Amino acid sequence: MAGHKHPSYLKIYFILLALFVVSVAGPEIAEKLGLEGVSRTVLVLSTAFGIAIWKAYLVCAYFMHLKVEKIYAPYILLACLSLLLVFFFGTATDAMFSNGHNWVKSYSEEAAKEEAQSRSHGGHDDHGDGHSDGDHYGEDHHDEGDHDGDDHNKEEDKDSHEAH
Amino acid sequence: MAHQIIATSRSRTGIPTGRLAVWWVIGSEILIFGGLIGSYLLNRFNHGPSWSVEAANTNTFIGACNTFWLLTSSLFVVFAHAASEKRDAKKTRMWIWLTIMLGGFFMGFKTYEYTTEIQHGFTLFTSNFWSFYYVATGLHGFHVVCGMVIMGIIAENDIKHGRNWHRVENIGLYWHFVDIIWIFLFPLMYIAK
Repeated sequence: MAGHKHPSYLKIYFILLALFVVSVAGPEIAEKLGLEGVSRTVLVLSTAFGIAIWKAYLVCAYFMHLKVEKIYAPYILLACLSLLLVFFFGTATDAMFSNGHNWVKSYSEEAAKEEAQSRSHGGHDDHGDGHSDGDHYGEDHHDEGDHDGDDHNKEEDKDSHEAH
Repeated sequence: MAHQIIATSRSRTGIPTGRLAVWWVIGSEILIFGGLIGSYLLNRFNHGPSWSVEAANTNTFIGACNTFWLLTSSLFVVFAHAASEKRDAKKTRMWIWLTIMLGGFFMGFKTYEYTTEIQHGFTLFTSNFWSFYYVATGLHGFHVVCGMVIMGIIAENDIKHGRNWHRVENIGLYWHFVDIIWIFLFPLMYIAK
């Protein structure tokens, strides 16, 4: 692509930097204002992910010169993106349900959240306090093991009950 | 012994062979990283509350610094491409090495981040979120290292000897794609908490 005139790379770079600042500031502002629900979701999605798509477009169009590349290159990329969408929506229809024929999701979001919160207490806030993370980690795994075991026993009880 | 060039461009597409191959590589990478990100999103939709708590432990400052390094390195690699079109070996090599340096900053920050996370008990097996975090950022980091090595080879093996100038553009395309992947990983792992 030696024949075409280059766009102002510095100008594109500064636009990318400005978008980057907005993408970080948006969710921070939502946090500071204490936004909840739909307004928070809209602000976070539009600033973090909407701007990510815009930034990706700028890099593709101007830094990768897709705007002046032969049409076959965008065709290749769009074909791969289409395959990706087939994968996503093909699996999402199943993955987003919490139960179906002959299967029930045993995962408990509440239990997972509590477990994550207990881990977070030993996380970044506890830098240098001598907290034994190895022990903490061990406890989590022990809990998980018990949890799985309980589920397994429950299923066995259910099966034996049905057999009777 | 000089190698004989068989085909430098495809008559049907009008795109140089090397560049067309890079577009195919990028297409396959879209499926690799896209599949990973798609799976992450499905899990995030299903397990929003617990994943938000886990994501709150990632270091946004380090993630932001790494975004800055990669965005700036993307600028440097287009400067290298522009210099290569003028057949300016000195400037091309300078911009390539500056890009490699920023890639090194990225990996240095990433190493510090991994060390801190692991020291605080957040490992590959801690939870689904951390498994995704390490696999996605680790795979991306591997691509960054590969890009740095290839750029070093092009700078010292090709540009220094005034040959294969088109390879600067090819590695530039790859490097921009690595930057785009990070543009999506950054909000997923560090911002949306």
